[in-house]
Amino acid sequence: MERKLVVSSSPHIKSPENIQSIMVDVLIALFPVALMAVFLFGFRALITMVIAMVAAMATEAIILRKGSFFGDGSAAVTGLLLAMTLPPAPPWWVVAIGAVVAIAIGKHIYGGLGNNIFNPALVGRAILFVSWGTHLSGSVWLKPVPFGFTADAVSQASPLVTHDASLGDLFIGTVSGSLGETSALALIIGAIWLFYRGHIDWRIPGGYIGIVFIFGLFAGGFSMGLYHVLAGGVLLGALFMATDMVTSPVTANGKLIFGLGCGVITMLIRLFGTMPEGVTFAILLMNGLTPLIDNMTLPKKFGEVKKSA
Amino acid sequence: MSTLAQEFSKGIFKENPTFRLLLGMCPTLGVTTLAFYGFGMGVSTLFVLLCSNIVISVLRNAIPAKVRIPAYILIIATFVTIVDMVLKAFVPDLHGALGIFIPLIVVNCIILGRAEAFARKNNVGRSIIDALGMGMGFTISLTVLGIIRELFGSGSIFGVNILGTSFQPMGLLSSPPGAFITLGILLGLCNFAFKRLGIE
Repeated sequence: MERKLVVSSSPHIKSPENIQSIMVDVLIALFPVALMAVFLFGFRALITMVIAMVAAMATEAIILRKGSFFGDGSAAVTGLLLAMTLPPAPPWWVVAIGAVVAIAIGKHIYGGLGNNIFNPALVGRAILFVSWGTHLSGSVWLKPVPFGFTADAVSQASPLVTHDASLGDLFIGTVSGSLGETSALALIIGAIWLFYRGHIDWRIPGGYIGIVFIFGLFAGGFSMGLYHVLAGGVLLGALFMATDMVTSPVTANGKLIFGLGCGVITMLIRLFGTMPEGVTFAILLMNGLTPLIDNMTLPKKFGEVKKSA
Repeated sequence: MSTLAQEFSKGIFKENPTFRLLLGMCPTLGVTTLAFYGFGMGVSTLFVLLCSNIVISVLRNAIPAKVRIPAYILIIATFVTIVDMVLKAFVPDLHGALGIFIPLIVVNCIILGRAEAFARKNNVGRSIIDALGMGMGFTISLTVLGIIRELFGSGSIFGVNILGTSFQPMGLLSSPPGAFITLGILLGLCNFAFKRLGIE
């Protein structure tokens, strides 16, 4: 006789989504950004991205010693995100060390995917930044040459230092900067895909970009507000880095606080600090606060009564 | 009662002050930018530890229990002052680099810890062995940390260039965060090794 009542333990609702499918979605979302980087900075951008991804995946494969080279795809995402935060053509060993450090120290020392406190790609970037700052700032920014795939490189100051780029250039991406941060258009296209697939929540990017705009508004009016949102790494950070599922809060209010905190620290570093850009350190600092934010924003249980003191 | 050999080796392996007990972290993180600084700090601490262990062990029945900590500090501070003056006279470079960390040996928890936990309960002979073991363990740990940080942060070991002129030093390892990261990785490796060897 067929059993009428099947008793099983939770979970009862199963989703076809798994880590690999999410990571593939992120790679798809990063595709327009990567395309734009190659379009603007030539094949040297592609080489940087390939080195970072291969080094990251190789490190992951060596540490885990199982599965395929691609694995769950998280190493590929970390490698690509790291490349997005780097200048167009740093020395190859800087890129490779950054990727190895990102995976080994940023992720696996904490126990692998899901246990890391800090965003691995940003850990890699931060360590490169403090170790070999000369390859990551100053005169490393190249003037973008659309379709100039093999053109000679001309260096140009970052728009965050000069403050003279037009808003249109910043939106399309024809300004100097890190591989993935120049083109607001490509970043937004990629983020729409992530929103559509439900992998990111509006609260983190919303809080982040909103507070950056408000700070810019007070610093120099409406156009300065937009300038601060579009220039530098705020969009890349807010849409792809701060929204990392592992290292950001899970509660709704927590996400908003996290986004606001990232924005405030970014703008404090930009306006009052010695560095032109503060997205990396802002997100890393807030990553460290994530467990605290999660604990303090636990939603109230239905029917819960406040205990009298 | 353990044998003297065990008493000596425990300071280097099983109860290594840096990697097992996590004592004396302040100089460990502060002065190990170069291997020589780490070694100098280790030897200074070894000397103070040895002398204070001897004196405290000798006086262990004469010091009233209620005022023992001030008495220990007084004894330790005497030897730290000697070390401070000797370093200033003979190796002024090292003295300048170690700076405030030399006077701070007075409050180094390894020294006070050994006085409190060992020297006041054991005879002079055992206290000497204990101080030598602990001091050697501390010196070795600091030197290892210094070698790693100097090799990657400056491309040399004990001032001798190893990695050639084309090497671009990794600035992180010369900076304070580099000390924490290097120490953390070494601690992890030590725990892993001890687990494999079955020493807990």
